[in-house]
Amino acid sequence: MISTSNDDIRPLTALNADTVAACAYDAIRHCATHLRPDMLAAVREALIRETSPRARSVLQSVIDNAAIAANDGVPLCQDTGSVWIDVEIGPDQCLPGDLFSNIDAAVARAYDEGRLRYSIVADALVDRRNTETNAPAFCEIHLRPEPGARLSVMLKGGGSDNASRVAMLVPGVGRAGILETVVSWVRQKAANACPPLFIGIGVGGTFDTVAHLAKTALLRPIGTPNADREVAAFEQELLAAVNATGIGPAALGGDTTALGVAINTAPCHIAALPMAINMGCIALRSASIELTEAANE
Amino acid sequence: MSEPRSLTLPLSRESLASLRIGDEVLLTGPLYTMRDAGSLRALEALTAEGALPFNLAGQTLFYVGPTPAAAGRALGAVGPTTASRMDFATPALMDAGIVATIGKGKRDLSVIEACKRNGGVYFACVGGIAALLATHVRGAETIAWDDLGTEALRRLDVVDLPAFVAIDSHGGDLYRTIEENAINAATTDAL
Repeated sequence: MISTSNDDIRPLTALNADTVAACAYDAIRHCATHLRPDMLAAVREALIRETSPRARSVLQSVIDNAAIAANDGVPLCQDTGSVWIDVEIGPDQCLPGDLFSNIDAAVARAYDEGRLRYSIVADALVDRRNTETNAPAFCEIHLRPEPGARLSVMLKGGGSDNASRVAMLVPGVGRAGILETVVSWVRQKAANACPPLFIGIGVGGTFDTVAHLAKTALLRPIGTPNADREVAAFEQELLAAVNATGIGPAALGGDTTALGVAINTAPCHIAALPMAINMGCIALRSASIELTEAANE
Repeated sequence: MSEPRSLTLPLSRESLASLRIGDEVLLTGPLYTMRDAGSLRALEALTAEGALPFNLAGQTLFYVGPTPAAAGRALGAVGPTTASRMDFATPALMDAGIVATIGKGKRDLSVIEACKRNGGVYFACVGGIAALLATHVRGAETIAWDDLGTEALRRLDVVDLPAFVAIDSHGGDLYRTIEENAINAATTDAL
């Protein structure tokens, strides 16, 4: 199905902790040095429309950066991220083995061999020593109704994740309240998140699940609208409002503050309107890979 | 957009005073890397010794945690981190002799005041293009705090590193100016 970056990664012959971890290793190495093709295409398109000379020069440098990183095999960004991994498993599959340990070993090997940066401390509160492996990964397993299995990998930069938030709105504020929250948050935080941005938004669920909705929205290829026409129209409305701020690439002014907005929605409590904004930076690095032949048929 | 200005590091009082927000500059010479953990240590040293450690007076700090050497270059990827996380330390470090800082994003008003008070500046560097910026780094040497890994204090020798003046020594702030212009433009459109 969707493969946002890596055509070299083939479906597995056997689904187990070893093979999934090996696939994660390949995805990390690829993502660190390759700008997502959909992001690159969106930057090229924005460069045609952008009117500010300074913004045009920033957009051109993003394109040049992608070429240097891919040709020389060096990271797109010095912040090579925390590793977020989501494995979705269909009802026809089982995944034997110690997945989380194998993933952590794959992360350590990928960051060492790829000469990527170690950005993880052992404990946020009591032990802020660097683990010197970039492990542990932040790894989740979800069951899904469709057959097959999918691995999603994101190397998430600290600046853009710091610029993200969860807001528990009241239902009465409606879409206008969501729009206001997004625009105000972009005004406050975009400069720290390395614009032009890809903005992932979750609406619905609960306090904890809404952040997951926002993050997984960033896996969608940029420019692919939500399947629901009403949601898709709201994505366009938000994108226009964000770009009307004039913050621009690198927050140095311009028409291109965001390249895209992707919204995921869910049911929620009658009292609630949970929303989350997960900022994707200009070096957003992710890949989604269908792991089994069954899912590719 | 005017042509970028080439500046030699360490920056002289005269060139610092001549800079205005929005100026594009190309920096050549030594820079010192520092970020979250290093800023804490520099402040500790300043409190204990009464002066900046490692002869940093007169130098420029680059808020960056680079990736290791790669592709025949001193460092694989080098780019700015969010500068506001270092706002807690910047005024004191500037009062003690740091003349300029390089990062990304808006600073606290106390940093604008520190730039005015000390005749210093804050440069914004473009985030997310660190492979490109690394081609401007010709050398990297660890000076101290090796235990901090990527956050160690390093001396970088840069050639024509591109940046923009985001806070000048006269109270100008590029990010806030852009923000206000955009809000004014939006208000005008609505009228």
